Amino acid sequence: MRRDGAYPPLLLALCVTVALIAAIPLLFVVGYTVSLGWGAAWRLIVRPRVGELLVNTTELMLGCMILCAVLGTAAAWLVHRTNLPGRGVWHVLLAAPLAVPAFVTSFGWVSVTGAVEGYGGALLIVTLSYYPLVYLPVAATLRGLDPALEETARSLGLGSWAAFARVVLPQLRPAVLGGSLLVGLHLLAEFGALQMLRFPTFTTAIYDQYRSSYDAQAANMLAGVLVACCAVLLLAELRLRGRRRYARLGSGAARIAPPVRLGLWSAPALLAVLGVVVLALGVPLGSLARWLVVGASTAFPLGTLAQTAGTALGLGLMAALLTTLCAIPVAWLSVRHRGRVSSTLERSTYIGNALPGIVVALALITVSIRFVRPAYQTTGLLLIAYVIMFLPRAVVSVRAAVAQAQPVLDDVAHSLGAGTISRLRRVTLPLMAPGVGAGAALVFLAVVTELTATLLLSPTGTHTLATQFWSEVRDVDYGAAAPYAALMVLISAPATYLLTATARRST
Amino acid sequence: MTGLTIRRLSKSFGSVRALAGVDLDVPARALTAILGPSGCGKTTLLRLVAGFTTPDAGTIAFGDLLVSEPHTAIPPQRRRIGYVPQEGALFPHLRVADNITFGLPSAARRSRKRLAELLDLVELHSSTAERYPHELSGGQQQRVALARALAPNPSVVLLDEPFSSLDANLRLSTGRTVAQALHAAGATALLVTHDQNEALSLADQVAVMREGRLVQVGSPGAVYATPADSAVARFVGDAVLLPAVVTGRTARCALGVLSVRGGPGEGQGQVLIRPEQIEIVHGGTGVPALVGAVTYFGHDATVAMTIQPDGPTVTARVSGTRTPDPGTHVHLTVNGPVTTFPGRETAAA
Repeated sequence: MRRDGAYPPLLLALCVTVALIAAIPLLFVVGYTVSLGWGAAWRLIVRPRVGELLVNTTELMLGCMILCAVLGTAAAWLVHRTNLPGRGVWHVLLAAPLAVPAFVTSFGWVSVTGAVEGYGGALLIVTLSYYPLVYLPVAATLRGLDPALEETARSLGLGSWAAFARVVLPQLRPAVLGGSLLVGLHLLAEFGALQMLRFPTFTTAIYDQYRSSYDAQAANMLAGVLVACCAVLLLAELRLRGRRRYARLGSGAARIAPPVRLGLWSAPALLAVLGVVVLALGVPLGSLARWLVVGASTAFPLGTLAQTAGTALGLGLMAALLTTLCAIPVAWLSVRHRGRVSSTLERSTYIGNALPGIVVALALITVSIRFVRPAYQTTGLLLIAYVIMFLPRAVVSVRAAVAQAQPVLDDVAHSLGAGTISRLRRVTLPLMAPGVGAGAALVFLAVVTELTATLLLSPTGTHTLATQFWSEVRDVDYGAAAPYAALMVLISAPATYLLTATARRST
Repeated sequence: MTGLTIRRLSKSFGSVRALAGVDLDVPARALTAILGPSGCGKTTLLRLVAGFTTPDAGTIAFGDLLVSEPHTAIPPQRRRIGYVPQEGALFPHLRVADNITFGLPSAARRSRKRLAELLDLVELHSSTAERYPHELSGGQQQRVALARALAPNPSVVLLDEPFSSLDANLRLSTGRTVAQALHAAGATALLVTHDQNEALSLADQVAVMREGRLVQVGSPGAVYATPADSAVARFVGDAVLLPAVVTGRTARCALGVLSVRGGPGEGQGQVLIRPEQIEIVHGGTGVPALVGAVTYFGHDATVAMTIQPDGPTVTARVSGTRTPDPGTHVHLTVNGPVTTFPGRETAAA
């Protein structure tokens, strides 16, 4: 709009503030390592225990990324490119595990059989929880692929398998790799599921160090190593994105490729998809239902349930509001005032995406104890943690919303006699509302089911659905834990459905 | 509707001089096209007239009213302009009816009478009113954008390359509808375009712009037949430019001795011949030439020919029903007077 202008100072100041808040955890980790001194840091890092954790974390992460890539891609191909019966239903069911927090899935399994403890079980459960992160982008790419490319390959003499391998797979690569890296990042941050499965990784070790031995030094250094792991994944992601070319779709209706006929393979394919859905959704939700019945037969904690639900919803609403308010100036600056400064500020708000909740929590605890003592153990500090962790989701949505409200529409309204307030009310806000709302909803959902940071940061006496669930599970009172888990799933299910539905329409 | 007067208008972006002292009179109730290649400053001129940008120097007046002078500027919302940007830019969250009535006072927005009038003016069916912009074709969107701009009875309508996103057929028909609607509304309109066909066919007056300056302002016929210089000649249409010696009212060049438009001249120069002025005659008088490549368009064709024995190559436009075969020998004559430019010789185009 103002092509010739510099950055507006007030907006810039707001954005710098937001970016600094978002950078607190990273600055803390780096600053802490530096202040500790190289020698001391080295002693804390190079220990057999750290090596053990590194091996555990890496083998779980790599195993899960590979399995998710295979499972997600295969499922997406079956559902979106073949004549598998009931594809619409399978699409929803295959995406649905996103609505079930990983710690609820692992609760469902652990409460049925102890056999899932250890590497194999952990691998199974995290894969079942996270494969939709590959399935969804691959499905979107498959639907958006121009069938003309595959047809050209066929016309050049390739068989259907060869065409798939040489033309379709290379185009899926960005989606598969991008999705797998996202799985890796989620896994590095995963705490609840792995703690329940008794498979120690960096996150669980940091928590134990902090909670049981109060060894802040060791915990902080472990956090440093964890951040380094995240940085490796993130660098891989950046490299990948730099080379990625986005297929530009024409404005006309995209032609849909004719589905591959499965023929005799229909039955095995159906069984495979059914198997995935049963393992990922059926077992956890079934056992959740069973424990609900068991719990209800003894004492249904209606009072605590309502109270913790109220707390979770309240925190969710406040965090959604606060995060969206922080996202708006950053998104506005990055869309309307393109430049090096604005893109740096925008990118710094994405740091939270790569930082595990446990690192954010640890950073805020240490920083608040050292510099702003009164803030320690307050709801405000917890809300700041949510803002840092979920700001990326809000910025992405709000950014798209600001892009919707193109400056040329502002110009047109201006020429038609609308003043500043009137333009905001009649053009800019109505256009931005859906995107801003979607961003707020994403933050709200994430907060309602957030466990790790909430466990560490919530003020004494504040219990959310997730933390109350966690303490019941710790006491091995599965029946009492079930209602909290069920409520979390119920809250996040409709929104997850809507989000996958929009993803489907936009492809 | 009022005319528009622009005097010594200048604007720079950093070190880039977008407009370098532009003078232009836009007559009332007529369509003036600003024609120029991309980056010549024509969109900047439009945005200055609209008031979205403020000029560094110069004045803009709508009739007797100065809307922009060095120290005071009337903001866009009080200039009473209609603005039709590229690709229409309809408000995506509003129906066609609400888009068109956007600029009307809130009481008038509910009246369907003005809406019906406007839909009629831009030749859209009344059922279009309830649709959303994404449900319309590109040409329909563009017509809604014009109706929206005309609704509040603006004093000047500004169109910024409004047809560039449409495909060739639609561009022609939408352009005609828009020009008719503008005439019917008695609107003073300023159209910015880089498409010479669009400018010549739609406008009452064409202003050719180059590097921030207006190099020629005139009727479409005048700009085409008597361009200000050889660059304008090439920009507004296909041109055959040959070195020539001017003597009085004639010019001698490779295509013979031709009669010259305008007053008598003397000396070395260049002569401009439009391809459709060159006539192919089989045998008889005229300059001998060898037929080269023939490019066939159906309704007409262009024929490249080398003047014998070793003269320059010229291109003629002939009717599609009478194209010569490549390799045949023909004779050429030139119909009508030609335009000359004084100065140094340039190779034939």
